[in-house]
Amino acid sequence: MSQANLSLPDKRSSENVILIEPTRGWIPINLWELWQYRELLTFFIWRDLKVRYKQTALGVVWVILQPVMTMVVMSVVFGKMAKIPTDGIPYPIFAYSALVPWLYFAGGLSRAAGSMISSAHLIQKVYFPRLIVPIASVAGGVIDFLLSFGVLIVMMLYYEMYPNLSMIWTLIPLLLLATLLSLGVGLWLSVFNVYYRDVRYIVPFLTQFWLYVTPVVYPARLVGDSWKFLYNLNPMVGVVNGFRWVLLDRGDPPGASIWISVVVTLVVLITGAMYFRRVEKTFADVI
Amino acid sequence: MDSPAIEVVNLGKQYVISALHDGRQSISNALIDMVWFPVRMGRDLAHGRNPFRPSEDDLIWALRDVSFEVARGEVMGIVGHNGAGKSTLLKILTRITNPTAGYARIRGRVGSLLEVGTGFHPELTGRENVYLSGAILGMRRTEIDRRFGEIVAFSGVERFIDTPVKRYSSGMYLRLAFAVAAHLEPDVLLVDEVLAVGDAEFQQKCLGKLGTASQEGRTVLFVSHNMNAIKVLCTTALWLDGGRIRMAGAAEDVVDSYLGAVLQKAAQQSAFPAINTQYGLGIESCQAQFLPGLEDDTVDLKIDLVVTATQEWPRVGINFSLTTEGGIKAVSIGSKLSGYIFDMQPGLNHFSLECSAINRVLAEGSYVVGLRLSSPGIERIVDVGEAALIDIPGYDFFGTGRYPQARHHGPALLPLVIRQKEHVSS
Repeated sequence: MSQANLSLPDKRSSENVILIEPTRGWIPINLWELWQYRELLTFFIWRDLKVRYKQTALGVVWVILQPVMTMVVMSVVFGKMAKIPTDGIPYPIFAYSALVPWLYFAGGLSRAAGSMISSAHLIQKVYFPRLIVPIASVAGGVIDFLLSFGVLIVMMLYYEMYPNLSMIWTLIPLLLLATLLSLGVGLWLSVFNVYYRDVRYIVPFLTQFWLYVTPVVYPARLVGDSWKFLYNLNPMVGVVNGFRWVLLDRGDPPGASIWISVVVTLVVLITGAMYFRRVEKTFADVI
Repeated sequence: MDSPAIEVVNLGKQYVISALHDGRQSISNALIDMVWFPVRMGRDLAHGRNPFRPSEDDLIWALRDVSFEVARGEVMGIVGHNGAGKSTLLKILTRITNPTAGYARIRGRVGSLLEVGTGFHPELTGRENVYLSGAILGMRRTEIDRRFGEIVAFSGVERFIDTPVKRYSSGMYLRLAFAVAAHLEPDVLLVDEVLAVGDAEFQQKCLGKLGTASQEGRTVLFVSHNMNAIKVLCTTALWLDGGRIRMAGAAEDVVDSYLGAVLQKAAQQSAFPAINTQYGLGIESCQAQFLPGLEDDTVDLKIDLVVTATQEWPRVGINFSLTTEGGIKAVSIGSKLSGYIFDMQPGLNHFSLECSAINRVLAEGSYVVGLRLSSPGIERIVDVGEAALIDIPGYDFFGTGRYPQARHHGPALLPLVIRQKEHVSS
């Protein structure tokens, strides 16, 4: 009978056969499967946004208010009181132009870090590629980014600062870099969070610390030359400097250091995704 | 020759017990563990154990050497006690968790229904949840678009479809959630104890839909404690016991053997003493007997119950239930309903539970007595599902010489009267 099967190809040979077996060690990242589940990814993003903005008026206002208030506080403390030099750029727009990509990065990172825990219920009840969860939580930040970017444009008009229009396209790869880094760090944290719940107390501290090793409240040139190499290992340095250079048309264009950012980001992302894949099969047992 | 829809070969799942206990450890604990690791390692090596592998007594096989096949279009039921490995098996087949040994092969599109309402978000409206839950269960957007009307009609909540589901009654919520799941069109459907929720009408609807699925030629694997449902819906069944297959075969046979074993176990009364050491309260013993009733052919049920307490316990409720051998709950009388709440003194507290002429209200058959102790704020101090087995004798309820039997006529003896009133000749 098995011979008959061999000679006559099964009509359903094209249908998907799922093989379930123990897995050990490193599992490749199944991009094809992620692609097949792209609809679910968009549904997750859509759900998060919908829930976040459900109390509509206030929801959207908050998204705009949060970076603006941070900018106001920074302008008073660092601009007015500490008088941090900004190359003649008004401090509010100096800070805000960096805050927009920074908050996008930090928000994505902390949402991704908690994403597996907040989806624990789903993870125990239904199968889907687990990577979708942190990816969706990072990607959902794009809307927030666009909203606060809108405020940035208004501010630029007010301060009569004009962007380097011929270079404006570089914002897209810079944003992508911030996204991938946010996801990479988020993946590591989300896995730790499954096993150690105290990660959630570490995340705010981590983003706070990271803020100060990124030129958000001060210009990058204040960092001494002997620290430059170490400093540039932080990919957000490249992202924030790039944003200021394009939008405020000041400072130096991103040089070779941007490639360090790219390499560091890819390393964090790929190792994070691989580690995530390695342990994801045990999530449902532990979470 | 068709290859089976589900093929399971030597499937096993091992858990580390300690990981089950402190899965959510904190980093500080992990650091302390790390500091102590050399000490433990030395101890392990001295005893000839591999320090990097959990010790054998720390491992538990939730599922072991399980092999079976489900043919296309077959409906297979899975029965077994809690902890027998039923849910673990389903979790492996739905790819939620990974097996430790063996493999399984599933041909076709898999739909799983491990609970009703997976992925529902309370803040979203019914309409939004249909889409979200549909996508999570594996439906394409276009598919949901196409079947949306049908889903909503099936759920019967058309009027509230744009209301957030947090405002739904639990019944509406369940109906909508089930409607989404019911419109999945998988080749292989894996269903866990879905029927345990909702009222009788809802359960009937679920069962009906499962029946339809099998008629449409879908392969179904169905875990349930409802033995009648398994008998009615399934052609074959699998009995899991302690993670292994105890019996496989025709659903009818497997269910009968399983129930036989359950009743036998109940008869042995191995359940006692059942003491909750944490609370220092428990059931020392429980003896059921029948006494002749006041009227002819009636019997009285009398249960001697001894509750033991290590300290004074105020307001302990005694909750009583009877389940037929077919798994139908005949009665469940909670202490809130009955008001049978007592203060327990340290030592042995004796009770007598009496029910006169029980065979006038319940049909002939074997019943399992369930006893549960509760107190305000604590649902379950002790819960003995199979406290005793009683055989209620038959009673000529309708005076026809035929004795109603729980197995065939249902457990309740309803004083039904059918009267002819008038006759109109046409």
